[in-house]
Amino acid sequence: MEHTSLLQGIYLKNGKIKTRTMTKATITVRVVIIFLSIFTLVGPFLLKYSAIDWPTALFYTLDNLKMMFLQPAFNQITFATAITQILITLALAFLSTILGAILSFFLAINTAKNLAPAGLSNAIIAFNSVIRAVPTVLWVLIFAIVAGLGAVAAVLGMMLHTMAYLTKAYAESFEEIEEGTIEALRAAGASWWHIIFHCVLPQSASYLVSWTFLRFETNYGVAIAMGAAAAAGGIGFELFMSSSFYYDLYEVGMITYCALIVAIVLEITALQIKKRLMAR
Amino acid sequence: MTTTNFLRMKKWKMTGIIVLLLVIVYGSSIITDFDLLKGVASIPGTITWIATNLIPDAAAMENLPKVLSRLWETIVLSVIASTTAAICAFFFAIFGSKTTQINRTIAFCTRFIASVFRNIPIVAWALVLVISFGHNVVTGYFALFISTFGTLVRMFMETIDEASADGVEALNATGATYFQMVFKGVLPDTMPQMLSWLFYMIETNIRSATLIGLLTGTGIGYLFDLHYKRLDYGTLGLITLSIIIVVIAIEFASNKVRRMIL
Repeated sequence: MEHTSLLQGIYLKNGKIKTRTMTKATITVRVVIIFLSIFTLVGPFLLKYSAIDWPTALFYTLDNLKMMFLQPAFNQITFATAITQILITLALAFLSTILGAILSFFLAINTAKNLAPAGLSNAIIAFNSVIRAVPTVLWVLIFAIVAGLGAVAAVLGMMLHTMAYLTKAYAESFEEIEEGTIEALRAAGASWWHIIFHCVLPQSASYLVSWTFLRFETNYGVAIAMGAAAAAGGIGFELFMSSSFYYDLYEVGMITYCALIVAIVLEITALQIKKRLMAR
Repeated sequence: MTTTNFLRMKKWKMTGIIVLLLVIVYGSSIITDFDLLKGVASIPGTITWIATNLIPDAAAMENLPKVLSRLWETIVLSVIASTTAAICAFFFAIFGSKTTQINRTIAFCTRFIASVFRNIPIVAWALVLVISFGHNVVTGYFALFISTFGTLVRMFMETIDEASADGVEALNATGATYFQMVFKGVLPDTMPQMLSWLFYMIETNIRSATLIGLLTGTGIGYLFDLHYKRLDYGTLGLITLSIIIVVIAIEFASNKVRRMIL
């Protein structure tokens, strides 16, 4: 009888062996793909755009990109200024990452299923998903109303998103710790804080470091955007000035190259850290 | 080395790292003019402010149709930018992945292009495109497309590398052609995972679209900026609330689909 169950999806049609492998999952995949394709085809017609002169616009874009990438030059600012501004952007990213990471650690030990009660854990998860739903730039602008535009608003706004992201990542790595270890410590009479500092923290330290650096890399990109949108300074603000104020695409190109090099260095570092720490 | 020595070394190392981090925090605060005390102090103030001012009132509700139409624009933009970017990213990922690459030079080139696209800040794209396309939806579309493309190539490549090494080897051994290998071996294996990444990007893009909208004058970001500058906080609250609802709804839907397909 067991054969038939093995052969269930297989049948003959016109002398050829056909297989049927429709499960619930494959059907869902298909439905989702069809829905997305239709939406993509219809979508452009749902948008209102004022008339675009496509040939001219494309020509201008190519020309702009040529100026940007092939003839980069500093005009309004100097190379030294660019370096300082990049340092400021990195500093903004660093501050928001470290503050977010500290808060996340405390939230995560109250979120991980093996360390915290379910009610508290769910409350924190819900709180984080509301924070994450508001775009960073809106948080920054909301903070700016009370604290004023500048570094304080930018760091606080970016910190909130960092916190929401890292709490999830940290809690997941805490959950991977073997239940037995925690139980043994509990049986030996260790207090909750003992368990956190002598078992949870050492065992997940490498994951925490690699997740935090990964977030730092992301925050660098966010910090560029915040500098441009919320006048928090840094390289993003220079980028905004040179494109929207001076219309100096040569400089936009140069600034982009500077920002790009730092971003690629950070990406490679993050990947290396991840590879080394996770392998252990 | 004895145990006590090892533990002492570890303690010194930890202290060193903490001191180093504190020094960087202090240095960063100085060059950015960030005042930690002021930051901490402004958090309760902001919370009270949100609770008292950021509440949509009757006047704000009159703007609801306008908010909804801009929100719809943002959603459509995010979805079509993500799906079209995913199609392009799929082919790049196939050529760039270690298991399905044609040769190393092409693989290196595709990976390099994706890395450049990913790491050039989305702001730079938006600012350059707005010069040639003007304050238009198309600007937002291209800016989102480019950054999504860069990210998805990386995600797809990792997915392909993880999921299908064995299948590819088996198909190659039976003499399947390259396209058979890709469409019969790689695609079915990795499809659920890739869709899951696509949903993640749609959700991310709604947030990025707000930022891009602010810079390029389109979508919900433009509306937020407008009412922010008019100090019309009731409408601001309405806009924020509508974004929260949409993002959480999409997150919920994508989680549901993910659970069904993975």
